[in-house]
Amino acid sequence: MTRPMLELVGLNKRFGDLTVLHDIHLRVGQGELVFVIGPSGSGKSTMLRCCNRLEEPTSGSVLIDGADITACSPRALNKMRLNLGMVFQGFHLYPHMDAVGNVMLAQVKALGRSKDEARARALEMLDRVGLRHKSDAMPSALSGGQQQRVAIARALALDPKVMLFDEPTSALDPELVGSVLAVMKDLRTSGMTMLVVSHEMGFAREAADRVIFMDGGVIVEEGQPEAIFTNPQAERTRAFLSRVRG
Amino acid sequence: MDGLDRFLNTFFNGAIFARYLPDMLAGVWVTIWLAAAVIALGLTLGLLLACLRSYGNRVVNLCIIVFADLGRALPPLVLILIMYFGLPGLGVRLSGPLVLILVLGFVLAAFAEEIFWAGLTSVARGQWEAGRATGLGFTQTLIHVALPQAIRLAIPPLVNRVLAISKMTALGSVIGVSEILAVASTAQSFTGSAAPLTMGAIAYVIVFLPLVILTRILEHRYAWKV
Ligand SMILES: Nc1ncnc2c1ncn2[C@@H]1O[C@H](COP(=O)(O)OP(=O)(O)O)[C@@H](O)[C@H]1O
Ligand SMILES: [Mg+2]
Repeated sequence: MTRPMLELVGLNKRFGDLTVLHDIHLRVGQGELVFVIGPSGSGKSTMLRCCNRLEEPTSGSVLIDGADITACSPRALNKMRLNLGMVFQGFHLYPHMDAVGNVMLAQVKALGRSKDEARARALEMLDRVGLRHKSDAMPSALSGGQQQRVAIARALALDPKVMLFDEPTSALDPELVGSVLAVMKDLRTSGMTMLVVSHEMGFAREAADRVIFMDGGVIVEEGQPEAIFTNPQAERTRAFLSRVRG
Repeated sequence: MDGLDRFLNTFFNGAIFARYLPDMLAGVWVTIWLAAAVIALGLTLGLLLACLRSYGNRVVNLCIIVFADLGRALPPLVLILIMYFGLPGLGVRLSGPLVLILVLGFVLAAFAEEIFWAGLTSVARGQWEAGRATGLGFTQTLIHVALPQAIRLAIPPLVNRVLAISKMTALGSVIGVSEILAVASTAQSFTGSAAPLTMGAIAYVIVFLPLVILTRILEHRYAWKV
């Protein structure tokens, strides 16, 4: 495997008595796309959210390019988070700022870029997701697919080492899914390290290096997309796949 | 004298209007700067308290809540009388305008804090997460992400409260502050005519109607462009 860019070591997460993640070990190499599937409630979102400490892991550590994000001060944490781009199911664009403003904010306030630099970079990123012509549109004037692409641009503008996607297309109308997946494929081609939670199995077959099946807070099985989809070893994986395929 | 003459003479006596116009203009000016000071103090303090509350320190928050609840529960006149007539007993003598500004400013701050806070709590959690995930600190996310959204939500209730409390500068008349109502009622007792009170009413309309119109514009402008 290439140099690990994201590494989860013995990650545990409990909410009170509920154990949501149990001893998760995962390595994502540089330029690798790891695709995570699993039933609702299996802990996929929590695992992603532990990576940038939106959720505080109960124990274990998360290494980003070798640096332990779980063992750093609040100030250092803000800096470390710049290495992790996160894309949410619900986009979460800032409704009071236009598209370019959304992409500029953290560049200026967290990264310390000048406004001119940040704007130039924002326009470049909006161009990359095919939305340069929408740079001064407010989020409310954009379709869901466009909003999600702006959200991806917002994350990319910070030059992250790893991108985390939590069901990026689940809130979209079916005809808008393709535009977001196309951006993700382009990212993958350009060598971005990606950890993607999604139900888009077709995308996984095309773009994923590895597929991970999670259930009940543990990684049940992992392997090449073809192997997982056509010949799953664990009973739970088989049951899940036959359910989602209907 | 027929009815109309009598009415006009009672409420719109031109000679009295002319005699008290200079005093009334001075009163208008006093009302304007008192209201401006109250609004500036109340909104600034209210906003700061709401922001402070978002940090979630228990002791601090308890103090803020007590302040906000007392400020909203007590009639401003009671506070004004206590500060103006009570404090000198402790050797603290504050001028009438200062008492008025402090009391009304604090009362406005109490309401404003609750209104800003309600705005802050209704900002979606995902907004905070988006800010924090992109490396913004808590305070940065508060200032650049949450507050602008909270303020928009706060503007309609806030402008109404600002108007209501600005008009309470009329309470200055009971502690010798020569704002519009004080000028009018002094003149009324000198002349025995109701005309100065009419003048006062007209003055209030002239001062506050533009504010009412401004609030309409603001409400319209800040309505969600969703
Ligand atoms: N903040 C929280 N407090 C309590 N329980 C939570 C919280 N967040 C998630 N959970 C629980 O953790 C489990 C895993 O949730 P999640 O990671 O969202 O699963 P998935 O993304 O795979 O659907 C669920 O049972 C969920 O109810
Ligand atoms: Mg989830």
